[in-house]
Parts: sequence; structure tokens; C-alpha cells
Amino acid sequence: MVWRTFARALRHGPATLKPEAIDEDATQALADRLAAAAQARLGRSLSIRQVDAGSCNGCELEIQMLNSVVYDLERFGLRFVASPRHADVLMVTGPVTRNMHEALVRTWNATPDPKWVVAVGDCASDGGVFKGSYAISGGIDSAVPVDLTIRGCPPTPAQLLDGLRSLLEANARS
Amino acid sequence: MTGTAASALIRSAPAEPCVPWPRHLLLQDEWQRLAVALTGESTLALTMLWAGTTHVHALFHDQAGQTFLPASVAVADGKYPALSPSRPSAAWFERMIFDLWGHVATGARDERAWLDHGKWASHGPMAARPLPISGPSEPFEFLPSHGEDLHQIPVGPVHAGIIEPGHFRFTAQGETVVRLEIRLGYLHKGTLSLMRGKSARAAARFAARLSGDSTVAHSAAFARAAEAASGAQAPPRAEMLRAVMGELERIANHVGDIGAIANDAAFAFLLARLGWHRESLLRANAAAFGHRMLMDCVIPGGVSADLAPGGTEAIFHALALLEREMPSLIRIYDDYASLADRVVGTGTVSQSLVRRFAAGGFVGRAAGRDADLRRVPGYPPFDRYDVNVPVLPQGDVDARVRIRIAEIQESTALIRQMLTELPDGPLSVPLPMVSGEGFGWAEGFRGDIWHWLRLEGGSIAAVFMRDPSWLQWPLLEAAIKGNIVADFPLCNKSFNCSYSGVDL
Repeated sequence: MVWRTFARALRHGPATLKPEAIDEDATQALADRLAAAAQARLGRSLSIRQVDAGSCNGCELEIQMLNSVVYDLERFGLRFVASPRHADVLMVTGPVTRNMHEALVRTWNATPDPKWVVAVGDCASDGGVFKGSYAISGGIDSAVPVDLTIRGCPPTPAQLLDGLRSLLEANARS
Repeated sequence: MTGTAASALIRSAPAEPCVPWPRHLLLQDEWQRLAVALTGESTLALTMLWAGTTHVHALFHDQAGQTFLPASVAVADGKYPALSPSRPSAAWFERMIFDLWGHVATGARDERAWLDHGKWASHGPMAARPLPISGPSEPFEFLPSHGEDLHQIPVGPVHAGIIEPGHFRFTAQGETVVRLEIRLGYLHKGTLSLMRGKSARAAARFAARLSGDSTVAHSAAFARAAEAASGAQAPPRAEMLRAVMGELERIANHVGDIGAIANDAAFAFLLARLGWHRESLLRANAAAFGHRMLMDCVIPGGVSADLAPGGTEAIFHALALLEREMPSLIRIYDDYASLADRVVGTGTVSQSLVRRFAAGGFVGRAAGRDADLRRVPGYPPFDRYDVNVPVLPQGDVDARVRIRIAEIQESTALIRQMLTELPDGPLSVPLPMVSGEGFGWAEGFRGDIWHWLRLEGGSIAAVFMRDPSWLQWPLLEAAIKGNIVADFPLCNKSFNCSYSGVDL
């Protein structure tokens, strides 16, 4: 029954990882790039809308793990939302397929300003292994402007968290 | 209809060399007779249908004879007789073949576009001579529904969760779904065309990225096809490590999905605990093989990563933690009436439909279809292990969850046994640069994965990769019928078909 599990959780402490130090250089670089107005509007909280623009679903699986109890995003003020209308950040995976190009652009248009685009994965950066295919238009920047790229195939949840916290910190400093 | 049985028609045709089953070359009129004769031979299941620039190929599973029969027909004037009138599962394949190669299936049940959304620079990008786009494409027409008070709900391609894109067109009467039509193709990346002309080793990166959640199983099926075509044999240690990685992938996916199914019934506790275990299993993967999802660890000729020192202990530790908590999690799943109310009797797919589509994996096994490639046709090292395959008759969301729970237990036992008996020796062999043709297969967490390829001088002349989802997606359309719209996420997650896997 559930109470037994609760008792165990009390004894062993939380399953959530302790946050580690974030990459100082990347954070400062981002801070320099972000506009001063953003801080006033967003504070230290970001709502994220994930869009798969052509991924193999490997990146989605790691983003799902980022959303698990182990990483507990909400303690950093980060949360995934169901609609681009509620989002500050679009987290976009995959090379942009020609068949998803329009949907991605429309999702970006539906996201209110100010907004940021985080390109996740090697494919999102420049098309990755799918570069040169008749069916893709390229990396995420072939469809919408990109503010931050988190590379990896797929990037680990720790790398994703690092990138997002940099975005938060940069946002707070700018 | 009296006449020659479909399987006999195939067998009597001349064959071209292909490992392990020769591929029979039928004339157009023979293929036409085959299409008709299939109606009378329900044990001859269509496993996959694909094409090259000049031929259309089919792989049949002769379930009566427990063997597999490949057959081909040369395309004449850009046409070949359709199989979809007697094998409805052929319909999506025929649409895909037209969109990629431009071959027309005459008499097809459905001639609408599939992968081609009118966004590419040409029609038939895989054809010998692709046709330039002549004008704006026709708008896609969804299948009609007739009745009073019907309304449509369009969903996607961008969904609310962290999942892949696809379009679901519901027609509902009040809350009840009358028809669901699934439209995919948004993730089409031109994978097959990128693989052509590359060596098997170079092309393996695409097989590993057809569907990221099944990267090990697809890589293994591709590797076996390349080994069959070039007459190579992966070393025993590599075969065993592939199997261990494959079972780890199965457990990690089942664990994650069971939690996600419970979460779709607003029961977040199981998602939290099983999510924690999935993370723990992925970390064990990274400790043992250097990659959380084991991407590119399986390559043609063997494996690229050996078990790191301490890897076995890391895997055993993660499995022990999962095994210790699973009984109490299953008890919670069993005990909560509100959860049972959502999953029992929801999204039922009938046994006859599962048989007609020859659907594999937990979708098939939860509806009485006892099929598993680890047993038939089998592949090393599973020929040495007695794999228990759970089967249930109900065909609902609950049955699919219970099959997956049972498979976690079976895979845990298999991994323990295999890692204990891991043979020493080399990790891979080089593939000779020869010409040849072969099939490869693997039982992924979703079910039966099939790859076929032809090598010319060591590079890929033609290839096809069939994810199990090809035969499962259409059943999801049937499973939701008569259910309420709000139960769709549950049904969808309990199938968890791959979008990228079928979009190619």
C-alpha cells in the first residue's frame, strides 16, 4: 500500500538529485546576449513547450527523464506546459523535416514574446546524420531563430538541465 | 475460390538468392493470383511490403509451416497488383511505396498520399527518375463518417505532451469516438535514401536512429541483415552482449511506459517511482556500455562497446532495486479501483483483428497472439535459452500492461543468466566487401523488427526497415472505437507505437 512507500521515502530521503554547479562560461555568454527587459517580465521562472520537429524520439525520451522526480525541474522554476500559448521557451528536437516545417513555424508564431528557442540534440544543431536529405530543411535555425543549442545524441538529462539553468541564470543577470 | 494456395504459388516461382530464405520472383499475373489466393489462406500473414526502383517485395510469415516466404514482382508500366483487398495491413505500405518509389498498386483499398505531404521538391524521391512537382498538392481528405450529431476533433501534429508528432482526426458522437483516423509522415527524414551507397557500418547509424527507443533492436536487426548478406558471423561474445542490451532496452521502455500509462489515468505515483527506476537503469547502461540508451553500441559484425569493468555489477544492482520494489508497485496498480476502472475493458482490440494484421509485441500478445522472434524463427543466443512469452486473451489496456510486467520479469531473469554465461572472445569481425542479400530480425520491446538489404560490392544498393508499429497503428484506430475521447491517451500510451519508426 502507499503508506508503506511513504514511510520508506521518509526513511531514505528524496529521490531527487542534488543540483550541481552550472557551466559559468556558458551562463555568462548567455547573460550577455539576453535583453534587459526579459528579467522584469519573466523573473526566475520559465515555462517550456517541447516540439519534435523530426527527431528519432531519442531526445524525447531524455527530455521525459529530465521531467522525472530525479531532476525535479520545478525547484528551479522550470516547467513543461501543454500549449505554446503558455510558453516562454520552445525546446525543439530533430532536424526540421519538410513535413514539420510549417507546424514548427506556426507553433513559434503562437508563442508570445519574449520567447527563446532551445535546439536540443545533434540533429537540431545542423541536421546531424540527416544533413543533405531531400526531406529535411536543416537544423532548427532553418525554420526559427535559435538562442541556445544543447548538443548530444541524445543529450543527457543532466546536460539538458545545465543548459536550461544557464538560460535561467542568464535571464536573471541580464 | 478454388486454385493453388497462396504459399504454393510463391514456392513454385523461381527464386533469387537471399539469406536465409530465397526470394521468389513472381510474374504480374502470378502476383495477381497471389493477391486473390491470400483470401483463402489466413495462416499466410503479411509481415512487410516494400519496394525498390524496379520491383515490389513482400515478406510473408507462413504460420502453418513456421517459416517465412519472400516474394517479388517486377513493376510493369509503373504498376503492380495491390494486396490490400485481401490483406488490409498492406494499405499503409502501398501508400508509402507510391510516395517513395512512385509504383501504383492497382485495385488498392486506399490511394491517398501517406509520407508525401506535398512539401518535397519532387514526387517519388526514391524512384529511378523522380518527377518534379507540377503544382500545389491536393488537400488531404480524411475518411468520411455518416450519422447524426457527429463532430470532428483534430489533434496534432504538435501534441500537448513530450511526444512525437502525428495527426489524429477523431469523429465523435458526444463523448464516444465513432472513427479515428491517424495521419503520419511528419517525421519523414528520407532515411532509406541516405543509406543507399553507404557501407553497412556507415549506414548502421541510420538504423540506430530509425526509432530512438528501439535503437538496440533496430541496430541488431540491421546488423544481422548485413551479416547475412555478406556471409559474416558475429562472434559469440557480441551475440550475447547484443542480447543483454536488447533485454535492457525492453525493461527500460516497459518500466517507463507502465508509469506513463498510469499517469494518463491521473495516477502520478507510479510514474514517479517507475521514472526513478528507468533513470537508474539508464545510468547502469551508461556505466556498463558508455551510453544511456546504448546508441551505436551494436554494429554490423558485432558490438562496438565491451562491458566496462563493474558493468555487470551496475546492471545487477539496478535490476535488483527494480525487482525489490516491483511487487509493491504492482500491488498498488491492482488495489486502486479508480485506476482499474480506467484500464480494464478500455481500448480493446479483438483477437481476430490482431491475427489478421499479424501484430506482434505486447499488442499481439495481449490479444492471444503468441509470437516472438526470439523463438520463431529465433536468433542467437536465444536458441540456447527457453524464453517464456506471456500471452493474455483480453486485448485491453490492462492486458497490455500486464504483458509488459511479465516481460520485465522474464527479461530480468534472461539478463542475469546471459551475463553469468558471457563467453570471452572478440567483439566484432570485419564485413567482407561482397555482394549479397539478406534479412535480419530482432524482437524489440514493441515486437518484431525486420530489416532487409542488398549489398553490391559492400555498399548498400537497397534497404528497408520495418518497425513493429506498421501493423499496430491501424489496430489503435480500431481499439479506440466506441471508447470515450478522454480514454485516447491511455489507449495510445498502452500501444506506444513509434511515429519515427514508420515515417522512415
